[in-house]
Amino acid sequence: MERSSWQFNVVMMLAWTLVAFLVLPMFVVVPVSVTDQRYLSFPDEGISFQYYWKMVTDPFWRDAILASLRVSVLSALFATILGTLCAIGCWRLTSRFSEFVRLLMLTPIIVPGIVHALAFYRMWIQLGLIDTYTGVILTHTLIGMPYVMIAVSASLANLDIRLEQAARSLGASMSQTVRLVIIPCIMPGIISGAVFAFVISWDELVILLFITSRAIQLLPKSIWDGINDNIDPTVAAVATAMIAFTLLILLGQILVRRRTAARAAP
Amino acid sequence: MATQNVAAARALDLEPRTLRLPGITWALIGPAVALLLIFYIWPLVQVLLISVTEVDDRAAGMALGNYGLLFVDEGVQRMLWRTAQICVTTTVLTLIGGYIIAYAMVHVTGRQRSFLMFAVLLSFWLSVLIRAFAWIVLLNNNGLAYEAINLFWQPLRDTGIVQGRLQLARTEAGVIIGMVHYMLPYAVLPLFANMQGIDQRVMMAARGLGASPFGAFRRVYLPLSAPGLLGATVLVFVFSLGFFITPSLMGGGKVVMISEYIWFSMEQTLRWGLATMLATTLLIAVMALIALMSRFVDMKQMYGAK
Repeated sequence: MERSSWQFNVVMMLAWTLVAFLVLPMFVVVPVSVTDQRYLSFPDEGISFQYYWKMVTDPFWRDAILASLRVSVLSALFATILGTLCAIGCWRLTSRFSEFVRLLMLTPIIVPGIVHALAFYRMWIQLGLIDTYTGVILTHTLIGMPYVMIAVSASLANLDIRLEQAARSLGASMSQTVRLVIIPCIMPGIISGAVFAFVISWDELVILLFITSRAIQLLPKSIWDGINDNIDPTVAAVATAMIAFTLLILLGQILVRRRTAARAAP
Repeated sequence: MATQNVAAARALDLEPRTLRLPGITWALIGPAVALLLIFYIWPLVQVLLISVTEVDDRAAGMALGNYGLLFVDEGVQRMLWRTAQICVTTTVLTLIGGYIIAYAMVHVTGRQRSFLMFAVLLSFWLSVLIRAFAWIVLLNNNGLAYEAINLFWQPLRDTGIVQGRLQLARTEAGVIIGMVHYMLPYAVLPLFANMQGIDQRVMMAARGLGASPFGAFRRVYLPLSAPGLLGATVLVFVFSLGFFITPSLMGGGKVVMISEYIWFSMEQTLRWGLATMLATTLLIAVMALIALMSRFVDMKQMYGAK
């Protein structure tokens, strides 16, 4: 279709409408978050930031946010270390076996959440890990690893294998090669893998519903409860904060990319 | 394994002394694989085992054990049918929408493309719970979308074709809106990656040879984008099959799909046999679809596109 044809214009109009459908609903929670009413509604007489205040002072919300941060940071850390090492190992072993390992490591992405939630529940009962931080962090590490593997493997694919050979022939031990040559080269991949693992853990609810009850209250579970009770406008404040956060991260990423592109250009 | 490592070392063209290295390779791979096997694969295998060992009361005496319920239990069948219907509708709508957005993204340049990409990525990264919450606020009986859609509904009501106002909260329509909204980025990203690889000049060539704009699109562009379309179809369909959060929040317990059904069987009725049987069925369906797709689409590229 030519740029000027009416068909093209119709497609463009449809595309922008669809993008509006994609983006606009998120922002409907912003006015709700500053409501002056006691229930989920738009502001009536004036705007009030009481629910933001509640989000950071009410133990229910504050503790959930802090606990979620702790769990996500720790599981992202573990997932990143294990996933990165495994990706490097697979990269060195270019054989059918490493393809198998890669495929195996990707299973948590393929298996539907409800299925592994059931599996974890059954296993965690036997191991006494139900409703413990160890149990939650372990599950989040496992489901975060594949994303780290993918991101790091993508970085490794662009890495010249002769760099490693050079380091080795200059007398570096294997661990020195990994530490001083390979890891610095694939740092961007590791960082994006870590971010992915963090987000996966931060947003994960299905497993949480199965393996936690009273002792552990993380943010997704609090939002879930808040929505099901359908009265607490604090959920809208949390939602707005999370939208703002996502926006910031994306904008930051674009700025960084633009700067690296500008540096690479001349 | 030793011979394989030797072969691998040869393939890498390493010096002979590096043949001792596989030891450290194992140290790199070992922890992750061990963790996965013990705490992930083994529990999954257990679920599969329970589905055949713990026979549900209602499945007692059936030839296929718990799996017999798939063929005789009306409640289960109704739920499976509903799941299939919702997933097919979601997939079709998502692909049409995703195709249009991806097509636009490829054909505009500069600022417009950045903005479109930014919008897609924003919703891709935003929490699924927050997005479901936004839709619940919109679709509630005094929500904005509810009012807007019913404004268009009004003329139909005046003519008497339909009665009452269109309900969106806690209905299949609402669930589908929420699911399409969630899945759109998952369709746009692989489609965009695929379309970027299509040489725009083939379209000019088709036009130059006398094809109409739509004819050129249908006969040239559409077939060239088929791999991306197929990949996106399976991805979206597989995701919607096992989707839990959006359907349960927006269905409000009225539109129960397979994931929520499994959850209920587990939490409320404690029917382990039924829950694990359905989980196994879901797992097999998903695995089969992915295996089917990997025959036609390069999976690595799909993951790279994410």
